[in-house]
Amino acid sequence: MAVIAQPPPTQTHADVTRDVVGTLSPATKGYNLMLAGAVGLFLVGVVTFTLILKDGLGLAGYQPPIFWSVFITTFVFWVGIGHAGTLISAILFLFRSPWRTAVYRATEAMTVFAVMTAGLFPIIHIGRQWIFYWLLPYPNQRYLWPNFKSPLVWDVFAIGTYLTVSTLFLIFGLIPDVAAVRDKATGWRKQVYGALALNWQGSDNQWRHYSRAYLYLAALAAPLVLSVHSVVSWDFASSLIPGWHGTIFAPYFVAGAIYSGVGMVFTLLIPLRKHLKLEHMIGDYHFDNMSKLTLFTGTILFYAYGMEYFVAWYSGNTFEQTTFWRRAFGPMWWGGWAMIICNGLVSQLLWFRKVRVNLTALFVISIFINIGMWFERYVIINSLANDYVPYAWDNMVPTWADWGILAGSFGWFGMWFLLFAKNFPIVAIQEIKEFIPMPRKHAASAGHH
Amino acid sequence: MAGKKVTPGVLASFEHIDLACDTIRALRSKGRKDITVFYSHPSHELEEACGHKVSPVRLFTLIGGLTGTTAAFSMQIWMNRNWPVLVGGKPIVAIPAFVVIGFELTVLIGALCTLFGVFFLSTILRHKGVTYDGRFSDDRIGVFVPAGPDQAAAVEKMLKDSGAVEVQRAA
Repeated sequence: MAVIAQPPPTQTHADVTRDVVGTLSPATKGYNLMLAGAVGLFLVGVVTFTLILKDGLGLAGYQPPIFWSVFITTFVFWVGIGHAGTLISAILFLFRSPWRTAVYRATEAMTVFAVMTAGLFPIIHIGRQWIFYWLLPYPNQRYLWPNFKSPLVWDVFAIGTYLTVSTLFLIFGLIPDVAAVRDKATGWRKQVYGALALNWQGSDNQWRHYSRAYLYLAALAAPLVLSVHSVVSWDFASSLIPGWHGTIFAPYFVAGAIYSGVGMVFTLLIPLRKHLKLEHMIGDYHFDNMSKLTLFTGTILFYAYGMEYFVAWYSGNTFEQTTFWRRAFGPMWWGGWAMIICNGLVSQLLWFRKVRVNLTALFVISIFINIGMWFERYVIINSLANDYVPYAWDNMVPTWADWGILAGSFGWFGMWFLLFAKNFPIVAIQEIKEFIPMPRKHAASAGHH
Repeated sequence: MAGKKVTPGVLASFEHIDLACDTIRALRSKGRKDITVFYSHPSHELEEACGHKVSPVRLFTLIGGLTGTTAAFSMQIWMNRNWPVLVGGKPIVAIPAFVVIGFELTVLIGALCTLFGVFFLSTILRHKGVTYDGRFSDDRIGVFVPAGPDQAAAVEKMLKDSGAVEVQRAA
């Protein structure tokens, strides 16, 4: 496969600071409109949630035998989105992959906001939302403890840890860049960024501890990428529902998570780089590499889809076979085919280099990925429709409350991401500079590192 | 930093990394351990010139991680024994089922302790009252050398001769 070489640096350190700090300039009309749209969608979610609090979960499409519906579909969707960020920021950092530098801050912010969004869904889903803290192991009047043998309790710890560590990783990486913004800002903004920079001066002593700590944080965050979505997959796989009870679930979910996350990175970055005038920093080299990551994970996913059908047939198990027959040809056939077409087939277009560097094509593909990955979870959850008692079979029928909360989640995520992009450096200044050699007086000593 | 005590000394600003590294090495060879170097991005070359040992922050990570593992397994074993409920025919203390939370708390407390370590070490080991310039987060390298009024002129001359593009005294 053709490789696009890393372009040689054409900017100086001062150019990088100027360009990235320049992205924090006053908002344009287009940005304000997008922010207003996101806040509007979020308010739709707030109103819907208020009505659910008042009237109960009956407003959403829960009906026997399906008691995990659109909320859990959307929960898995958003947790998955987060994974690409940590993969790019932590795992590719450990592999010293140069293409991550320009894009990792945006993906890391996407991770934090996606997991923040995901974390709301189990709370919305549990019915009596005001006692969500019962999931935590705290001493209560009856001295009862959570069931530590349940994947649902593992999930509380996994998502809690993932949100905390990815947030700390984002904030920690931001500190030197916020200090750079502080040193360029004036007036009250200088005061605010000064407080957020936590007295960072870039002294040798600070860098010494910082660089090491960043390495260890990356090493701690890296296995989270694999573990969190594995735990989410076990929410399904450790039950006995046909279509869920498969050992393939953990790697299948992790690959799907990274695939969906990179898809969302394309959806966010392609318009953002243009709006923030960062085309010279995020170019073909970065999109080509991200496309290859998408192709790789999309192909694993395609294989997993095939393997699920194969194992269902090969197992000779009637229930398993029926579930997969209905997935392809039952009343929800459109969902089953949507996931195969949007994820399995569309990702294969990325074998072509012309597609990998065509941003319009990538943006369209990314929308397919977002839709396909949401449907994948919808279809998997709809396995509940056909369990061991055909008498109880039914289909998932989402209501306006499901769609209201789904729309609200996109608004909530979009609102935080847009606010972040306009108030914090969306490209990591310090890491970009690391790849730009500083000027030397004597050429003879050049070439060190 | 208004109102804070300022360490008297000389602050030099470099545009060229090789000159800055040579100056740092020259100062260190004269036994100056109290200099502070400012730079905008992680740089192995400058780190080597400064000659620091590996940061002890790794100890915080290790201790935090081990604390997390121990806390997670102790908590799950104790809570399951404290109110034993048979679930799915599994033993009351089912170690494989506890591995997930064991792993998660290792990462969580390991990460929290790493951050605590950075803030703790950066605070207690830093040279206080050094003068800083906003351009050091942009494209300049700063070298601050503490010097009393009797040494300041000599230090200033040394830094200028080393190729500093700007040298200023801190009161």
